[in-house]
Amino acid sequence: MVGIRRKKFDTFNLFNTIIMLLICFLTLYPIYYTLIMSLNDGKDAMQGGIYWWPRKFTLDNYAAVFKNTAIFNAFMITIARTLITTTLHVFFTAMVAYAYSKKHLIARNFYLAIGTITLFFSGGLIPTYLLMKDLGLLDNFLIYVFPGMFSFYNLLIITSFYRTLPEAMEESAKIDGANDFIIFIRIILPLCKPVLATIALFVGVANWNDYFTGVIYIRDPQLRPIQTFLYQIIAETNTSSEMMQAMPAEMKATMGITPESVKMATMIVTTAPIVFIYPFLQKYFVKGMMIGSIKG
Amino acid sequence: MNPVSKNVAQMRIKHPKFYKFINTLSEQKYLQVMAILGLIWMFIFCYMPMYGLLIAFKDYNIVKPVSEAPWVGFEHFIRFFQSEDFPRVMRNTIAISSLKLIIGFPLPIIFALFLNELTSLKFKKVVQTISYLPHFISWVVLGGILLSWLADTGIVNQILVKLGILKEPIFFIAKPEYFWGITVVSDIWKELGWRSIIYIAAIASINQELYEAAEIDGAGRFRKMWHVTLPGISITIAILFILQSGGLLQSNFDQIFVLRNSLNFETSDVINIYVYRMGIRTGRHAFATAVGFFQSVVALALLLITNWASKKLSGTALF
Repeated sequence: MVGIRRKKFDTFNLFNTIIMLLICFLTLYPIYYTLIMSLNDGKDAMQGGIYWWPRKFTLDNYAAVFKNTAIFNAFMITIARTLITTTLHVFFTAMVAYAYSKKHLIARNFYLAIGTITLFFSGGLIPTYLLMKDLGLLDNFLIYVFPGMFSFYNLLIITSFYRTLPEAMEESAKIDGANDFIIFIRIILPLCKPVLATIALFVGVANWNDYFTGVIYIRDPQLRPIQTFLYQIIAETNTSSEMMQAMPAEMKATMGITPESVKMATMIVTTAPIVFIYPFLQKYFVKGMMIGSIKG
Repeated sequence: MNPVSKNVAQMRIKHPKFYKFINTLSEQKYLQVMAILGLIWMFIFCYMPMYGLLIAFKDYNIVKPVSEAPWVGFEHFIRFFQSEDFPRVMRNTIAISSLKLIIGFPLPIIFALFLNELTSLKFKKVVQTISYLPHFISWVVLGGILLSWLADTGIVNQILVKLGILKEPIFFIAKPEYFWGITVVSDIWKELGWRSIIYIAAIASINQELYEAAEIDGAGRFRKMWHVTLPGISITIAILFILQSGGLLQSNFDQIFVLRNSLNFETSDVINIYVYRMGIRTGRHAFATAVGFFQSVVALALLLITNWASKKLSGTALF
């Protein structure tokens, strides 16, 4: 009897393990495939038949990416917008959340109601576009910064974290004569590292991966982030020839690079920072997801 | 006593409530500044676009301010409903969302249930970490991968031809009949693991005694899944179902914007994309605003209806 149950148990486990391994394979293979294609000679890759490892190994595609001034510039824009906007977003949202979390705040219900409406309703694409135009944010780096520096949804996540903090520390600081802003900076912010790391990860990834802002609001190629640049390579063929023109002439002549192989290398370079950072932050964001989902 | 403080003293006696209000306000002046900064941001970036929605009811021209444009009532809405674009964009939007709901919604639940059955905690952790990964990859990169995989010389065609399933390579992304499938499958690939997080956590919070009791009653693995685990996460499932059905008219813009092209237009033109095409590309601002407004009103109504229905049926609701 016991023996039979045990055997059934093992069959299921085996089956389940195989399914899970299959899911892992299907998840990783497209990324791995992009990696090997980026490490393979571009002209050689056009013949097809590469599945498991590079056939004609080369780092030329990466050399092409890093020597291409247009790609390099786009990377700088992405790094700058991600760092600036994420820092501002976390600080500003946490600050407003601190004020809104105080029960004795005059007009608190009004502030919260105004915020709650923004969760359910928005002006939509065109009115927002027209507003940004009126604010002079078209072809302006600040389009990446101001509209992305606050979110009422994230405010709710941070607020629910504030509720778990002991009040005694604030009280004693208040007796020492610190004002609310000083208390927020010196006491609250350091205590909130876990939730702020979560929000920073979400906002950082969203900024890093955003391409649409660049498509819709930016005409100046100097202000294009890398994702917009990639989008234009993928969706608009004329950008790939623009990309090849930006290569130094001697590289084009001697190396086996193609727009396709350089595209692969660019995609790997774009994705690598996130892939390396996120496993370290995993424990934070799983917690953050929980708080967020409980709030609704 | 100087006249000012005399005044204050008088006020304190005459209007005690008002005095208390002023007093509290000055005590929390820093908090109020912080609160009002948030209010200003929301006013500019959320409420000014909402004011801009008025152009949906106006004959708006970009050279003049919104307030000077003449009213036209529901003209733009009627024009949209009567246009030949309306059936196409509605069909595509609803079809893609429904497929994502029918196929994409249960999969993370099943994945979480099976993941929960893994006996090795280390292996479970590894599977989780790998399955969350695609969530962090941008749609541009994934779109780039998909476009090269599905091209006529891409790896998918190479394998299908080699295996003899296809005689000739198919240029999948250029064929309208494959677009919905590509959208749904790539969405699942990207978000399966991520969407399971919430269920995994809900499963972890189920009382272990319930499993022990079920075991004593002779329940096997699948009976425990069905009678203990699923009821234990039913509230989570209901809430996420409400949220996703509320988004029936919303499409994943970032995804479709990368994958669409002029050849698959017939099945890839959804409301979001249509608003972009009309409003930004063609410059029909008022008309596109009306279409977007219609979309958000229906979305809000759907959310309220599903929420109400869920409250009636299962007692679970968002608000």
